[in-house]
Amino acid sequence: MDRKLELIDLKKAYTPKVVPVKNISLDVQQGEFLTLLGPSGCGKSTILRLIAGLEQPTSGRVMINGRDVSRLSPGDRNIAMVFQSYALYPHMTVYENIASGLKLRKTPHAEIKDRIREVADFLGLHELMDRKPSQLSGGQRQRVAVARALVRRPDLFLLDEPLSNLDALLREHVRAELKQLFGSQNAPIVYVTHDQTEAMTLSTKVAVLNNGYLQQLDRPDVIYSHPATQFVAGFIGSPQMNFLQVPCDDGNAYVGATIIPLPKGSTTPKSIVLGIRPEHVHLAQGQNEPILKGEVFLTENLGMHDLVSARIANATGEAMNVRAILPVHSGFRNGSTAGLAFPIEQIHWFDTTTGDRISNNPSPMMA
Amino acid sequence: MTTVFPDAIISKKPRAKIGRKIVLPMAIALTVIFCLAPILWQLLTSVKLNADIAAIPNVYFPTRYTLDHYRELFQRRPFLNYILNSAIVSFASTLLALGVGAPAAYALARLRLQGERWILAAVLIVTLFPPILLFLGLLEVVRYLQLGNNYLALIIPYTAINLPLTILVMRSFFQQLPKDLEDAAKVDGYSTPRMLLEIVLPMTIPALVTTGILTFISAWNEFIFALTFITREDMKTVPVAGAQLGGASPFEIPYGPLAAATVLGTIPLVLLVLFFQRRIVQGLTAGAVKG
Repeated sequence: MDRKLELIDLKKAYTPKVVPVKNISLDVQQGEFLTLLGPSGCGKSTILRLIAGLEQPTSGRVMINGRDVSRLSPGDRNIAMVFQSYALYPHMTVYENIASGLKLRKTPHAEIKDRIREVADFLGLHELMDRKPSQLSGGQRQRVAVARALVRRPDLFLLDEPLSNLDALLREHVRAELKQLFGSQNAPIVYVTHDQTEAMTLSTKVAVLNNGYLQQLDRPDVIYSHPATQFVAGFIGSPQMNFLQVPCDDGNAYVGATIIPLPKGSTTPKSIVLGIRPEHVHLAQGQNEPILKGEVFLTENLGMHDLVSARIANATGEAMNVRAILPVHSGFRNGSTAGLAFPIEQIHWFDTTTGDRISNNPSPMMA
Repeated sequence: MTTVFPDAIISKKPRAKIGRKIVLPMAIALTVIFCLAPILWQLLTSVKLNADIAAIPNVYFPTRYTLDHYRELFQRRPFLNYILNSAIVSFASTLLALGVGAPAAYALARLRLQGERWILAAVLIVTLFPPILLFLGLLEVVRYLQLGNNYLALIIPYTAINLPLTILVMRSFFQQLPKDLEDAAKVDGYSTPRMLLEIVLPMTIPALVTTGILTFISAWNEFIFALTFITREDMKTVPVAGAQLGGASPFEIPYGPLAAATVLGTIPLVLLVLFFQRRIVQGLTAGAVKG
């Protein structure tokens, strides 16, 4: 049978005013890796806990493999979860930790042994089997926690920021490991993180959340190339996208002395938000592109590139900041003037009040 | 902000060294002597001959030793019996306090109860209540329930007096216990009772031992209730028995047996704490979550 997870109009309210999850509907199919991404407090962990059954939804349903599990206890949902703190039982050995879920489900002893051996092979845990969690390093604990989930062969994997307690180098390593590990799993995976790199590299689908609302649900590359709202555009991508609120009329936006044509068919009020990623701004080379003159006031060396911040004046004389990723040694000193080109196809337009994307080319639909 | 010049730092160093090498150990030694002197005095008195105890000037460190005082406690008086009585009462009230207090503390820490603050305030008020004020009322209760000369007459009040402390200490312990572990257990498929017994309880043992020792000590040392509610000679506890040691005549104070009784009454507590100390420390260093 196909394995899948569906959330139908899921809502969680603690009080009428505190509503961390607001009517979320989404589904995750077999073999899909969904990441719930958002700043802290956006409700992503609460959604995960609702799926796990550790919290009860105020309304809405959680369906696993077409079965409504909203009223079932976590243990009866056949899910496995990896916690941010790993949550290994401190008084049990690694072996007992991994075996605990299987033992409770009355799996035959021989099968438990086989399955654990298989998982231990997979993750290289054999020498650690008799140790207690306190005798393990952070990375090892993390792998034991993953093993405890894998050995269960559940209908659904839930991962709650499993990498956030690792140091930067190890995190990169384990991230790659996780991708391979869970890539070979059939069950759908729901992963919670606030780290956009993890979301982009691991997932087949990303759900960006803010304030309890689902902002966009799409493939990672689409989220990057066609952000649905200004929030998503600002949250995904580092350094952050430049946003310039500029005046406009029916066909054009006016950035200082420069006129940039708006997408056709869009009807807009007096002003509009122009968004462009720093990596898409480049030095003017006389092509047929909108060019803005800016006064450089900060150059940060990122190693591969320079991150150059420049001040440009808009029509009313207010200063606006634009950051651009430029080749190293582009030779700007503070105070020098740079001609920055904004390629039209890389410009995103957003509604000033709602933050919604304004576009005549709809995003390539998600698979 | 003041600027500290390098030479100022250097000139300070020797003084700091003297402080650490001489003043600090001396201060520690003085503190230890100050605390231990009365106990040491009792210990020495309990092994002195009667002549040395009464000698003027004082014999601080005797040259002759005797175990007569201890022998007297066990041969002429049923001191072993007193110790057993104390042990029964103290163990029973400790177990009862933990058995009732720990679940209460868990509920207060984990459930979102209505009026939780009022419950906690009520619990706290009980700790502020002087037991001596309860005493007369309790006497009536004991008489009414005909619990006089029954261990229960001591076990129940001792448990009640120590419950608030148990609840407060255990509650703060449960609050710092990572909730993730319980969530993980639920996802793993543990039922709530099994989760409590197999996951929460093993992690709680250090805290149980710590609060248990406090309850035990307070029950072991209690005097007034034990004096009033128990009149049968063979059911008396150590503090009462010790206080009732008398000489052959009203003018004789049996310093030796008194000192011996003090030492005997203290030793079980010392052993208990020493035995469990390791456990407490071990428990505190176990790594459940990220290191």
